[in-house]
Amino acid sequence: MTALAALIRRDIQIALRVGGGALIGVLFFLTVVVLMPFAVGPDLALLTRLGPALLWLGALLASLLTLDRLFTADHEDGSLDLIVMSRTPLELACAAKALAHWLAAGLPLVIATPVLGLLLNLDATATSAVALTLLVGTPALTFTGMIGAALAVTLHRGGLLLAVLVLPLSIPLLIFGVAASQAAISGPLSFGAPFSILCALSLASFVIGPFAAAASLRHGLD
Amino acid sequence: MTLTDLANPTRFLTLTGRLLPWLAASTALLLLIGLYQSAVAPDDYQQGATVKIMFIHVPNAWLSMFVWGVMSLAALGTLVWRHPLADVAAKTAAPIGASFTFLALVTGSLWGRPMWGTYWEWDARLTSVLILFLMYLGLIALWRAVEDPSRAARAAAILTLVGAINLPIIKFSVDWWNTLHQPASVMRIGGPSLDRAFLIPLLLMALAFSLLFLTLHLAAMRNEILRRRVRALQMMQASQRSA
Amino acid sequence: MRLSGRGVRCVRGGREIFSGLDFEASSGEALAVTGPNGAGKTSLLRLIAGLLTMAGGSVDLDGGEAELTLAEQAHYLGHRDALKPALSVLENLAFWRDFLGGAAFDAAESLAAVGLDHAGHLPAAYLSAGQRRRLSIARLLAVRRPIWLLDEPTNALDTAGQALFAALMRDHLARGGLIVAATHAPLGLVARELRIGGPS
Repeated sequence: MTALAALIRRDIQIALRVGGGALIGVLFFLTVVVLMPFAVGPDLALLTRLGPALLWLGALLASLLTLDRLFTADHEDGSLDLIVMSRTPLELACAAKALAHWLAAGLPLVIATPVLGLLLNLDATATSAVALTLLVGTPALTFTGMIGAALAVTLHRGGLLLAVLVLPLSIPLLIFGVAASQAAISGPLSFGAPFSILCALSLASFVIGPFAAAASLRHGLD
Repeated sequence: MTLTDLANPTRFLTLTGRLLPWLAASTALLLLIGLYQSAVAPDDYQQGATVKIMFIHVPNAWLSMFVWGVMSLAALGTLVWRHPLADVAAKTAAPIGASFTFLALVTGSLWGRPMWGTYWEWDARLTSVLILFLMYLGLIALWRAVEDPSRAARAAAILTLVGAINLPIIKFSVDWWNTLHQPASVMRIGGPSLDRAFLIPLLLMALAFSLLFLTLHLAAMRNEILRRRVRALQMMQASQRSA
Repeated sequence: MRLSGRGVRCVRGGREIFSGLDFEASSGEALAVTGPNGAGKTSLLRLIAGLLTMAGGSVDLDGGEAELTLAEQAHYLGHRDALKPALSVLENLAFWRDFLGGAAFDAAESLAAVGLDHAGHLPAAYLSAGQRRRLSIARLLAVRRPIWLLDEPTNALDTAGQALFAALMRDHLARGGLIVAATHAPLGLVARELRIGGPS
């Protein structure tokens, strides 16, 4: 098995076995979405209008809160030292870890979206639009958030600071993700334009994220 | 006197020590002239005298972005060239940049109030400045969260550069978002092209605020260098005691 | 193969730990780094491993593989064991074997060599401190690398474990390997001493 495949496999195994695994992220997503009507009121028409936004916000927060252990766990038990010393470039190792994190924590959110769409009274078009934008957007959230996760290694206690650092960087994703969903539901804008920008932002994050994270990790090891 | 001479903290201290009083005086003078020119500039036919807030708002908005640029250069200095003063330059620039950003927000809000009827409207430009403000605060929090100054410097440097790359993306996204949601347009801050009568006071104030930044930044760098010396002395004292 | 350091200087947290350090070790040799706590033994190992940047001086490797860095030809056995409690003993070892690559010694055989073959399928969380250390040592066997950088390797090992590890180290040296070990206790093999930060 190649080095990167082994790393992805290990991270997914750990994510699934420890602390409720992937389900805890989905549970948080569910909880956040359930909270919204209590704040906003049970007016179905309003919830439907806000639906894509609420789902995106829930997914954003759920992604973020699981990220801070991404690198700190390996740093604490000394695995990070060995990963840096391996023959695999650190940028690729970071990308592999982010991919594993998305598969274990982000993808389940996308799968849970249709169920949550029901709670918010979204129809099939709306739900599929939101799910599609989340499919493209959640990897970007992970790859953007990994920069904060890498900085959290230097901090020793990331938590809220990580969220504060990463959230402004996630704003473009939020804007275009929700806009694309809304476009699919009600027009007048086409779905294609904001969706392509969302895809472009995702692709950019696949490059920027690992490079920035690797740089932070190298500097944070001393 | 080459750039590398400046790299020596002691030389930097002596040089800036001599320079600073002159800088401070020039800044004060330029601010006074700028404010006077702003005051005597004609009123806008539509906005009346409130348009003059622009003379403070616009330079502050420019500087909020300019300071992030200065920090980005300092970040490169830390990561690529390991310049000894780069850390100090980056750390001290952040709170000053945050202050300019905050002033831009407040003056922008006050400027918009008569037109909008509220203190805040999610205007595209001001919203971008608000996000920039959040990023400054996050950066300052990062500086303070790490004990060791050189580790803090490297972490902050990476965040600064990532922020610099993201700022155009964020600005573009916010503009796009705003045009999507904005109903029948209200007068936008910064309006159409500026009348020449406004240009001179604006440039004077921009220059004055830039000098203000330079003065404050150099003064803050001096303080930071002295602070680090104290820390080094305290650490030496601590290790002597335990021997 | 020869590992050498000239004028190595280490600065951590703004404080100079040591400077002007020279050392040398060749294939088949072991270097024991000794000194009081805080002298910089761990820092020196991390400097050689490339995990810490040098504030001055140089560390060179002659005779290794040209396209690989020093770190890529070295094993680092630090204070922490790099083990995931959620994975089984065998899964932990198999991961490092796959990830670190290089000439592999079968994972099960490595476990047997350190006396853990009976525990292969158990979660690593059930291991005692001494067993965890043995599992880390198994990693050194599962992937062949010529340089071993060891930080207090016999920590947490009982007498039997120490004897076992001493034998493994002698094997490694006999095969042309090179060891740099920071230690308080005698290693159980012939080694030159490099003393850092002793009484002046």
